[in-house]
Amino acid sequence: MHKVDIDLEHITKIEGDASIRITMEDGKATKVNFSTEEYKRFFTEALKGKSIMAVPSHLSRICGTCSNAHIMAAIEACEMALDIQPSKQTEMLRALTMHGLVVRDHALHLYLFCLPDVYGKDAFLDFDENDPHQHQLLHDAFDIKSAGNYLATVIAGRSVHAMYPTIGGFIHFPTQEEVAEAIHKLEHAREPALRLVTEFMNAPFHFDRKTDYMALLPDEGYGYINGKIRTSKGDVYDEKVYRELVEHVVLPYSQASAYQYKGDPYMVGALARMNIAKDKLHPKTKESCAEALALFPSTDIFHNNLAQAIEVVHSIDEAIELLTNNTIVKEEVIKKPYREATGIGVVEAPRGALYHKVHIDAEGKVVDGEVIVPTGQNQINIEEDAGRLVEELWAKGVQDVESITFELEKLIRAYDPCMSCAAHFLKLDLEVK
Amino acid sequence: MNTETPFEKIKIGWFVFSCSEDNTIMFTELMNDHWQEWKRIFDFRHVKVLKKNNIYDAFDIAFVEGAIASPEHEEKLKDIRGRSTKLVAVGACAVTGMPASQRNTFTPEQKEAIQFLVDRFGALPEVKKVSDVVAVDASVPGCPMNTDMFLKAVNALVAELRPELVADPAH
Repeated sequence: MHKVDIDLEHITKIEGDASIRITMEDGKATKVNFSTEEYKRFFTEALKGKSIMAVPSHLSRICGTCSNAHIMAAIEACEMALDIQPSKQTEMLRALTMHGLVVRDHALHLYLFCLPDVYGKDAFLDFDENDPHQHQLLHDAFDIKSAGNYLATVIAGRSVHAMYPTIGGFIHFPTQEEVAEAIHKLEHAREPALRLVTEFMNAPFHFDRKTDYMALLPDEGYGYINGKIRTSKGDVYDEKVYRELVEHVVLPYSQASAYQYKGDPYMVGALARMNIAKDKLHPKTKESCAEALALFPSTDIFHNNLAQAIEVVHSIDEAIELLTNNTIVKEEVIKKPYREATGIGVVEAPRGALYHKVHIDAEGKVVDGEVIVPTGQNQINIEEDAGRLVEELWAKGVQDVESITFELEKLIRAYDPCMSCAAHFLKLDLEVK
Repeated sequence: MNTETPFEKIKIGWFVFSCSEDNTIMFTELMNDHWQEWKRIFDFRHVKVLKKNNIYDAFDIAFVEGAIASPEHEEKLKDIRGRSTKLVAVGACAVTGMPASQRNTFTPEQKEAIQFLVDRFGALPEVKKVSDVVAVDASVPGCPMNTDMFLKAVNALVAELRPELVADPAH
């Protein structure tokens, strides 16, 4: 019996840490455990007894990079519980908050985490400033990230753990000068974003495996907050019934949970959104990205990165339009009396559908809550892809630990998992029998 | 900063324990304005979010984010301390323990509800802040960390460790 053990601790250039254990028997991956081992911080247990007003900022602390998405989901859940209908301006400011998040977060992932693999570099900062193309990429990355960061900061107060959004509205509003500067920065970032689309359209990595996709998408347009839960099978559901769709799977080897839909794994995130709703993107985005959009729908997981790049362009176009065509004025926060109720909030975080549920009593204290994060929903899909990938490599004679590890890391990065939401610590154990 | 004279770069380590990694994100956002300067003077020796081939040897400055939740965390942190000239705690979880340590103040009923998970994964009975385990040279509080305080702390450490890099130490 030929036995190989691979231990890869701390996969790099992802959000947080995870581990993966693969057992190969007769060329087949008989066990693949992608486990999330962060020491639990018990955010949903800690919710109990808190005032409903503290829920958004509390749940934001689950994750740094996804924090503003957690705030949006929590606010939506709390407003449903209190029967608050936000104003049109509040809805627009929340959309802008999410556009800022998408631009900043996708750019971080694509440039700093993924692009070094494409260029055979250890780190993005290793790109050669004396090479005109790589010099351009370095400056593009920080220009795009800066534009997203600025948009989130002037609209929501911060790009991480935003302070201005609250239950019933916003507590602070940008000045006209700040809006003008945001438009300027976004316009300046558009050409770099289009170059980013080209980079990932031409990237050499591909891995195809058919699966199902799920995303929250509006009836009109391509947004991240409102709409219905839609699947690549053509099913459409109201977000209130999410718990009937998302089936919990216990993972005895991990501190995280996994989920299935109708007994099958599925994928959430940019690729899911693009596969289901590419026709609803901003008209300028569709015009500028037509060649890349022709590749969708796609079952190539590496097209998740291409979809993220297209979403950067879309969020820039949407944000510029919203900021240009609307005047932001000061509004009072809407308040309603407390009541015993349950609220559900669903948003599309950059990495996919994010579900919050909160149950409050008549005094506005939290009785119970639930959070389902995108990476948990992608868990089983990641495992199935990882097993299939190693089997294919094995069949091609690629059986050395270093090569397998590199290919697995690329695959996992393509999913853009957020282990801060679900895990810490990546360790790869490959056992061959 | 005078960066034209050849010099040995400042060796940086960035280590993450139990937290949301919001400070890592703020660090990458600060790079939007500072990446060229930092690339020139810093050797990002062990920064997992930035690179694959991390080197774990000696550090001039180790930045530590997150609270200490397990015996393995304690041992790792002590080891980092032992190989670092300066250690900086960044963000609320590292500086105060919270919110990662919120289970420390749970009611008896809440503690009973989570105890099987604490036991199953071998977590510490109580989550600790960084200074509960090792000596800390500087702290940058905030959730996320206050970026002005972070830059002030970084500049002060650069001035102390490599005064030749600072044209005017007063600024």
